[in-house]
Amino acid sequence: MNAVGLVWANLHRRPVRTYLTLFSVLVAFLLFTMLRMMAVFFTTSSEITAVDRLLVTAKYSIIESLPISQRSEILAVDGVEAVTHQTWFGGIYKDRSHQFFPKYPVEPRAYFDMYPEMTIAPEQLDAFQTTRTGAVAPAALLERFGWSIGDKIPIEADIYPQQDGNRIWVFDLVGSYRLQDEDAGQPPFLFHYDYFTEAAAFGRGAVGWYTVRIADPDRAPEVAGAIDAVFENSQNPTKTATEDEFARAFAAQIGDIGLLANSILSAVFFTILVLTAVVMHWAFRERIAELAVLKTIGFSDGRVAAFVLGESVLLCGLGGLLGVGVGLLGTPALNSMVEQFGLGGLRLDWPTVWQGVGIAVLLGLLVGVAPALLARRLTIAEALRRS
Amino acid sequence: MAAIIELHEVEKSFVKGREFVDVLVGIDLRIDEGDFVALMGPSGSGKTTLLNLIGGIDKASGGEVVVAGQELGAMSSGELARWRAANIGFVFQFYNLLPVLTAERNVELPLLLTKLSTTQRRKNARTALEVVGLSDRARHKPGELSGGQQQRVAIARAIVADAPILVCDEPTGDLDRDNADEILELLDILSRDHGKTIVMVTHDPKAASHAKRVASLDKGQLAEAAP
Repeated sequence: MNAVGLVWANLHRRPVRTYLTLFSVLVAFLLFTMLRMMAVFFTTSSEITAVDRLLVTAKYSIIESLPISQRSEILAVDGVEAVTHQTWFGGIYKDRSHQFFPKYPVEPRAYFDMYPEMTIAPEQLDAFQTTRTGAVAPAALLERFGWSIGDKIPIEADIYPQQDGNRIWVFDLVGSYRLQDEDAGQPPFLFHYDYFTEAAAFGRGAVGWYTVRIADPDRAPEVAGAIDAVFENSQNPTKTATEDEFARAFAAQIGDIGLLANSILSAVFFTILVLTAVVMHWAFRERIAELAVLKTIGFSDGRVAAFVLGESVLLCGLGGLLGVGVGLLGTPALNSMVEQFGLGGLRLDWPTVWQGVGIAVLLGLLVGVAPALLARRLTIAEALRRS
Repeated sequence: MAAIIELHEVEKSFVKGREFVDVLVGIDLRIDEGDFVALMGPSGSGKTTLLNLIGGIDKASGGEVVVAGQELGAMSSGELARWRAANIGFVFQFYNLLPVLTAERNVELPLLLTKLSTTQRRKNARTALEVVGLSDRARHKPGELSGGQQQRVAIARAIVADAPILVCDEPTGDLDRDNADEILELLDILSRDHGKTIVMVTHDPKAASHAKRVASLDKGQLAEAAP
């Protein structure tokens, strides 16, 4: 036996109480890992972004579409090198619950020219360009659903039915692409815009947003202002921003996720702090005589205080470690649950893990400091007399 | 025999409300090495307070307490803790074992303050349990032992670090006659065969009869110190 063994044994004095407290700390830190993953997802630009690309959306809402005719006018703006577009298609593959992935109708060659970080075999890009019903998907999606090149992929429309009322769009999978950063958001399933705009019951001649490549990233604000100025007095005014700004503005529209997460966590940790502090105080009061005996045997005031403090640090630290560990192990399951909401790609990074462990230890110190000080001040004769 | 415990004009008073209550008044006591002394007296006479002063877990308000060559009044809390670990073994009326530890681990506790290896600590704890006749109960927790067995574990804990002085506060007060006799027999052996100096507070005249000397306290004064 050593000092840690003594601390560990003391925690087993009332196993039910200890394990319930441990469980509550574990749950708090599991919540911590989940909320931190959400906050990181929304507050950092993990999407595919580049400094030389701008996004042009409708001025008042990103769900409003823009006319395809704006494409040539944007291209004419000084400083613009290339323009392409994307549209949110929605759509359901197989069933709504667990099969979400974004689907965009795009101009095949212009799209891949715009995103050099997305690599596709040239012959597959040719096939995509020339096949009206063609589609390409990220390699991870092929792996996930067991698709092969040549498969027909049926997508049920929830926004855009076809002109004949058919809601099932069938695409020919002609290729797959890869991303430089495999962890960057959820790459989309892409299909031919020509097919979409000719067959859709509505929305023809419209796009969701434009992506613009500019010659000089330092001129991004100037070019963005020039694009918006072109359409300022039109029926379709625009709002232009860099991809990074857009991602952050999108997150801000959803709400200040970071603030929300931190507020919830503060409330949770405060509750855990109070709860664990009460438990540790009870544990201290129950064994005042035992602590006095330790001092009688020859343990110094500081050492006895360290035992008491060590118990709360061990309890909270272990709970925190288990909570973060369960969060780490449960991340794939969490991703499969939330991906239907477009939140797939949540991940637990090491700074969050260390932050969690640090908070757990700090919690243990805060919880244990009061009983530890009381233990330190305990006078042997008085404690034995009272017991 | 050289004196191992010497008290000169020792006084102890407590503040109770706005009043000072004198618990010990002008105590002079000398106990030689290897002596077995029983402290008797009515409740509230100051027996336990005197024992606490000798054991270094309380400080005198006046006078001089010299135990194992050290004047305890001049020592800091940390120095006293180290001194107790080296010189005093305590035995309490209610055993005061840690319920979460086995008998062996309870006995091992004082050795955590030494530089002994884990193996050596365990070996010494086993030896101490053998001395008190409980080696077969080493892995039992206090709740699984009888009162007499728990008190024997407490005695093993008191002797494991080879402290020269045993301070016993009513060691048989919570035991039936048979168990009390066994504990007193054990204390006799420790005094006679192992040379321990024993100071024992008791109300029980039969327990006191095992001591070589009986000191009686009454109203804070040492009324009699009979050989």
